[in-house]
Amino acid sequence: MFLTLLADIAWAIMGAGIGAGLAAIGAGIGIGRIGGSAMEGMARQPEASGRIQGAMLIIAALIEVAALFALVICLLIWTLG
Amino acid sequence: MTAFSLKIRLFSTLLTVLFLAIFSTGTMAQEAGQGHVDEHTEELNVSKVIIDHVLDDHVWHFTDNAVLHLPVIVYSKEKGLDVFSSSNFYGEHHEIVPYKGYKLEENKIYLQDTGESVLDLSITKNVAMLLINAALMLIIFLTVASSYKKNRLKAPTGIQSFIEPIIVFVKDEIVKPNIGHHYEKFLPYMLTLFFFILFGNLLGLLPGAANLTGNIAVTMTLAVLTFIITNVSGNKAYWAHIFWTPGVPLPLRLVILPVEIVGIFTRPFSLMIRLFVAITAGHIVLLSLICLTFIFHSVVVGGVASLIVLFINLIEILVAAIQAYVFTLFSCVYVGMATAEHEHH
Repeated sequence: MFLTLLADIAWAIMGAGIGAGLAAIGAGIGIGRIGGSAMEGMARQPEASGRIQGAMLIIAALIEVAALFALVICLLIWTLG
Repeated sequence: MTAFSLKIRLFSTLLTVLFLAIFSTGTMAQEAGQGHVDEHTEELNVSKVIIDHVLDDHVWHFTDNAVLHLPVIVYSKEKGLDVFSSSNFYGEHHEIVPYKGYKLEENKIYLQDTGESVLDLSITKNVAMLLINAALMLIIFLTVASSYKKNRLKAPTGIQSFIEPIIVFVKDEIVKPNIGHHYEKFLPYMLTLFFFILFGNLLGLLPGAANLTGNIAVTMTLAVLTFIITNVSGNKAYWAHIFWTPGVPLPLRLVILPVEIVGIFTRPFSLMIRLFVAITAGHIVLLSLICLTFIFHSVVVGGVASLIVLFINLIEILVAAIQAYVFTLFSCVYVGMATAEHEHH
């Protein structure tokens, strides 16, 4: 019974690791798309590049928070396990 | 080059070096104090160090030896009000001992015999940090206000020239476009919110500081304040839109009703979670990189980790400003939606 308990904790911690990795992928895809659109917009209209850059930073922060939310949950699983 | 510009370059170079030194080594020095106690072969419990750093505590650790035992203020029906120093809870070898009928378990105070919890009004690390933040804001803004009155017809000088553009930025870019007319009513709250979060975030990045805006109780308080202000100033069109959505067939209105009611609460909830997660996760990432040095026991890893930590600290400063901006922006958007004049469909 003790061994099955250890195995459960091992599964949970592996799940936490995989979850953190998936969160990083999600953040990467989201911020990459934002960056790509921002680059395209700045190339089309260089005069607006200041405003585009400002909006890009803010939206990147919002997406990053979503990924960090998943990261915090994975850390919680690791520390409780 | 004149002597004056040379002096400016020297001063700014000195300031940059000092700034970089503080942010790359200060946190390491603090961690070095906390990590190893007696033997060199003692295992470093990384997760405990990280969690202890981001959570609240009754004792403020600056280094292993320089600690500040903050006062404990507890109230219970059985024993009444008790005020004492938290150093009473620690014995000679830093173990936790009960004191005067109270015991400390996982940083929470309980009654020793019954195990019940008490009303804990202590000045903990986060409360002390909050008071420091409030004092800093009072000092800065009273100075700015008084110099604004004195320099009424002249160009701003000193700290006024630093703070005033930020105030104008908050007014013109965040509050006025989103709230529209009657924005003056909400401007004091939004300015206070913005600067409280900004200073709280930035203070938390200093070495030895407490994680103020990464405490979910603090962010919950700010979100609840926004919730109260939004719903108290909601006009008839706002409440009509929630409970009886116009322009939508009747069966759909009954479906939309619970969604809208839940929506009233999820908006401040998202504000709370966003700020808490952004700041706490930033601190956890920084601490994990610093603990990497102590896991590998290597100076090379220490040097590389210091550089990475420096870089991430600079990103955290940006995140501090952005999170203050985003919180205030969304608060203004919600207040603007609540006070919007009725548009004719």
